[in-house]
Amino acid sequence: MKPIIAALLALPMASAAVAQDSGPLEVDVVGGIQAPMAIAVPAMPSANGDAAMGRQIAEIISSDLRTTGLFTPLGPGGIAGYSYAEASNPVYATWRSAGAAALVAGYVEGAGTGRLTLACYLYDVTAGRELVRQGFAVNANNWRSAAHKCADLVYSRLSGEQPFLDTKVVYVSETGPKNARVKRIAIMDSDGSNHRYLTEGKATVLTPRFSPRGDKLVYMSYQGRRPRVYVMDVATGTERLLVPGTAFTFAPRFSPDGSQIVFSMAAGGNTDIYVVGANGGTPRRLTATPGADTSPSFSPDGNRIVFESDRSGSQQLYVMNYDGSNQRRISFGGGNYASPAWSPRGDLIAFTRIGGGAFRIGVMSPSGGGERTLTNAWQDEGPSWAPNGQFVMFHRTTQGSGNAALYAVNINGGQPRRMPTPVGGSDPSWSPLNN
Amino acid sequence: MNKSVLIGMTALALALGACGKKTPPADIPPAVDQSANPPGTATDDSVDLIELPAMQADLIAKAGSDTVYFSTDESSLDNQAQATLAAQARWMLANPSVRGSIEGHADERGTREYNLALGERRANAAKQFLIANGVPEGRLTTISWGKERPVAVGSNEEAWAQNRRAVTVVVK
Repeated sequence: MKPIIAALLALPMASAAVAQDSGPLEVDVVGGIQAPMAIAVPAMPSANGDAAMGRQIAEIISSDLRTTGLFTPLGPGGIAGYSYAEASNPVYATWRSAGAAALVAGYVEGAGTGRLTLACYLYDVTAGRELVRQGFAVNANNWRSAAHKCADLVYSRLSGEQPFLDTKVVYVSETGPKNARVKRIAIMDSDGSNHRYLTEGKATVLTPRFSPRGDKLVYMSYQGRRPRVYVMDVATGTERLLVPGTAFTFAPRFSPDGSQIVFSMAAGGNTDIYVVGANGGTPRRLTATPGADTSPSFSPDGNRIVFESDRSGSQQLYVMNYDGSNQRRISFGGGNYASPAWSPRGDLIAFTRIGGGAFRIGVMSPSGGGERTLTNAWQDEGPSWAPNGQFVMFHRTTQGSGNAALYAVNINGGQPRRMPTPVGGSDPSWSPLNN
Repeated sequence: MNKSVLIGMTALALALGACGKKTPPADIPPAVDQSANPPGTATDDSVDLIELPAMQADLIAKAGSDTVYFSTDESSLDNQAQATLAAQARWMLANPSVRGSIEGHADERGTREYNLALGERRANAAKQFLIANGVPEGRLTTISWGKERPVAVGSNEEAWAQNRRAVTVVVK
């Protein structure tokens, strides 16, 4: 047995056990955007001389940390690697002279059974001490997920926020001319990898949204030339009509426990909000005004629903109890407000603000206070929250061409970051954290 | 370190099994191929309702148009729209074997889900006018395309005016 294996057994990496220390090194989630932390992410040593894997994993961690906006990663390109022994016993002076305040180290163990273990260590370089370590054992073909989990460990330890990097995105892939656009549901890791299509593009599809466990989607499809809401099992691709019959249903979202789906149904020129069991049942009507009541989104405790309505004469945001009682307007900032989404942390509601011929993404508290605008372009719409409530993804449409692309923005500030998609994209939905 | 935690961790490390074996990793993951499964080109949303192109052309010829237009964020029918729909109603009554699917559309200046509601509102306004002019309700259906199917592709007033519409599509 080589020394590194002895070290592994002596200091085993187990996902259930995290050795933590509350040290002074931390990145301010607000101020850190202006002053990102320099963090070294050298190529990791791998078992069996598989240097490529250790380097690819370090590249993912480096890229993930950069996308948070809170870090300036150093490496793996342009900086030296290190030995197995140094993974758990770094030479701090080396990383200090490289200008790093923190160091992500570790190593990769591949196994013949198709499993892969990533040992992930975070060090405070200035203080010369370990901050956290964790091991991630995954199926070998899921190696990218292990890298994202390591990046999440680093992000969480240094920011104090919940993880969000090991996630997926489902969205509407868009190709073709503006007047005959082909729309297909696509799914990818939140860094753009493992991209695949879930529908063929024969029928126009809109607004796919994840279930709270990430195993199902609810979305609207024009198949049969009848726009209706369907539920899809992500693993099998099996889809099921949510409400039997030909009623026009749209704007669906799951409840936080996954047992219900809230949606809009339109008939006779009137759109109201309904809720139905995710596995079927009789829809229960929640709103009954003559206006267009749509885009419902549950609060994370399931007790309230935010939605938009033009009952006042213009699109505004309203909050009601889960049973439809106590409906009250929360948006009063001038202009129109649309497509609200309740943060998974419960503290904010993201929305599309319409004014001056433009759409912008903003956030406000559930009581309507503290409104802030996060973006500034011609048309930014359809916000979806990262599971940690710190980032919002949306789609940005270009004037004229109508081409759409996905962007993510830190709610604490900074420029929106374009999400990598092979072609155009709209209606993103951010998944819960992967298992 | 807490002893029971250490024992648990050791057990888990052992349970992970192959940590100590010097076998090569099962695979080097292949480069991610984002060009796989390239986007298709076909759009076919008309599986159940079958369009009748010759009859559609006849409707346009006899009624003057299959389309009526709306003001921004409105679903009321102006005089021109009412005249067009009255002519469409006469054509529908003269062609009792076909049905009408009224398709409501919105321009790109509204949000996606709101525009689906607005398109339904417009389609319903046209449908109710046809019913009031004698077309049996059972021969008429509505669908909303929201802002998903513009006919004019510009981002200007002229294009938006053409896209705020309800189209009577002849189907069987």
